[in-house]
Amino acid sequence: MESLPSDQSAAVRRIVAQLKERPGPLLEVLHAIQASFGYVPEGAVPVVAEELNISRAEVHGVVTFYHFFRRHRPGAHTVSLCQAESCQAMGAEALARHARERLGIDFHQTTADGRFSLEPIYCLGNCACSPAAMIDGQLHGRLTPEAFDALIAQGSPAK
Amino acid sequence: MTATVYVPGDAGALSVGSGEVAAAIAAEAKRRGTKLELVRNGSRGAYWLEPLIEVQTSRERCAYGPVRAADVPSLFASDFLNGGKHPLSLGLTDSIPWLKSQQRLTFERVGVIDPSSVADYVKHGGYKGLERALTLSGAEVVQAVTTSGLRGRGGAAFPAGIKWKTVLEQGAAQKYVTCNADEGDSGTFADRMLMEGDPLLLIEGMTIAGIAVGATQGYIYLRAEYPHAHAALKTAIAAAYQAQYLGANVAGSGKRFDLEVRLGAGAYICGEETSMLESLEGKRGEVRVRPPLPAIKGLFGQPTIVNNVVTLTSVPWILTHGAEAYANFGMGKSRGTLPIQLAGNIRRGGLVERAFGLTLRELLYDIGGGTATGRPIRAVQVGGPLGAYVPPAHFDTPVDYEALTGVGAMLGHGGFVVFDDSVDMARMARYAMEFCAIESCGKCTPCRIGSTRGVEVIDRILAGVDGERNVRLLEELCETMVQGSLCGLGGMAPFPVQSALKHFREDFRARV
Repeated sequence: MESLPSDQSAAVRRIVAQLKERPGPLLEVLHAIQASFGYVPEGAVPVVAEELNISRAEVHGVVTFYHFFRRHRPGAHTVSLCQAESCQAMGAEALARHARERLGIDFHQTTADGRFSLEPIYCLGNCACSPAAMIDGQLHGRLTPEAFDALIAQGSPAK
Repeated sequence: MTATVYVPGDAGALSVGSGEVAAAIAAEAKRRGTKLELVRNGSRGAYWLEPLIEVQTSRERCAYGPVRAADVPSLFASDFLNGGKHPLSLGLTDSIPWLKSQQRLTFERVGVIDPSSVADYVKHGGYKGLERALTLSGAEVVQAVTTSGLRGRGGAAFPAGIKWKTVLEQGAAQKYVTCNADEGDSGTFADRMLMEGDPLLLIEGMTIAGIAVGATQGYIYLRAEYPHAHAALKTAIAAAYQAQYLGANVAGSGKRFDLEVRLGAGAYICGEETSMLESLEGKRGEVRVRPPLPAIKGLFGQPTIVNNVVTLTSVPWILTHGAEAYANFGMGKSRGTLPIQLAGNIRRGGLVERAFGLTLRELLYDIGGGTATGRPIRAVQVGGPLGAYVPPAHFDTPVDYEALTGVGAMLGHGGFVVFDDSVDMARMARYAMEFCAIESCGKCTPCRIGSTRGVEVIDRILAGVDGERNVRLLEELCETMVQGSLCGLGGMAPFPVQSALKHFREDFRARV
């Protein structure tokens, strides 16, 4: 396992120190690490385990259980396309095909230039405005392939 | 008088451009030197009209929609600040037939008030339920919830009062109130709208629950896919602490109730209550074997109320207006109202709060206006990804827990996802199995292995390999999952598959 550079493991230790007294802190800790690093680095796992006095297996088990925790650095922009039923009823599959072609990657991949990561997501709670997507935390509804292209062209779309 | 303009800050409204509209209104007002107050309210739930903006005139609120940023200069030119006529005029908001036909109890303030303001909440009747609860004993509050007939709106439909009574009767030093805000079902957004549009209502509901059963700590378990709701809840919780509606001395009662939000991390299974508790404890969200029930041994091993957002937000109305008043709505054993979520391929989709008892036909055609594509409705999935696909032959069924069970469906969290006649039901069945495989917690074999086998069997059917034999195998597999799974994920994921096989069997044939 790759260990973290000392400044990064110090940052992880600081995060744990702030949260460790809270009841059931592990998810909170992992959220804070991902917010700070953009993902949960493999090397953070033993540091968190040591600081919380639990096993590496327990930390690894939690990191890998939850879809939201990323184990690799994502692209500059994360595009999450809803693939659940309501969006399927309004053309989510065709939109996903278009997005894969447009970005030249499949789901769970990042473009070679590191600009975009493409993820499936199962419901954004925007089902009356299907199909929906979330790009860098911004929600988009009634998406068409044309609207998708316009958002991608902006790089970092604002709403 | 300074005009007040309401532009929803609701995530769904933002997703179709309400943020740009708000910015355009502010810019145009500045350019014209017009003073106005811009309020970012929740959504009225008429998503087909979003962005729907409103103006408070001297009489009532006038609505315009759907508004694009480019429409803003012409709205000013039409004197919309005084309710002026414009092609996008919808008249008085309260007279819009789609809204007027509803019975909004739980959603009475959503889209009406400024969700971040305690003063606005109180001005519109907020905290009356807590006030009333503080004059009653814990047992009396629990009795009111029982008498109202309120059943868990998250999907299980278990009587809320019975759950509360069990927690009340436990003699533990520490008890908890937890809110399940892991609204993962496709086609549902009532929780999100409430948390964004009237977050203090959830805070009030949880506070009442805590004081009634003697729990001093509450947690809202919110899904990570809802960043807007997260922000709204954090703002509202801070405001409630500031106004001393949370903390050591709730509303001057001398009673303590603390509340915080915990984020989930993208696991559908964490909507299952025991899995949610594991996750709140910072663990893998694997389901627990019951008994013990969470009401006896829940969060950190202590007696715990676990209720959905809609359940908890129904409580203040019940306390304010009386249990009987709530129970007077509805039919059979389904009392009160249900915030129905109309989604998918539907012309007028959104949030429809109605007393139980209206038929699917009324809902889909009279209110929903049929499909958005204009093609015939072929199927409606009721109750999320684990819910059955209901064919038009059953559209005269009323929205009622027992009536839907009677036609092999389940109401769940009240989501209705509409499909037109272009839907391929074998593919939807395959998706149900695929979704279960992605989201299975892995603890029990029927769910973990069965869902993957289900995908494979459907693939063989579609590939024309031993079609009839594999359809029989699929039916047997569904039965095994239903009977043998530990929780509702594996136990109900076969429902959409079985309903597709039953009502749309013609779709299970070899593809070229």
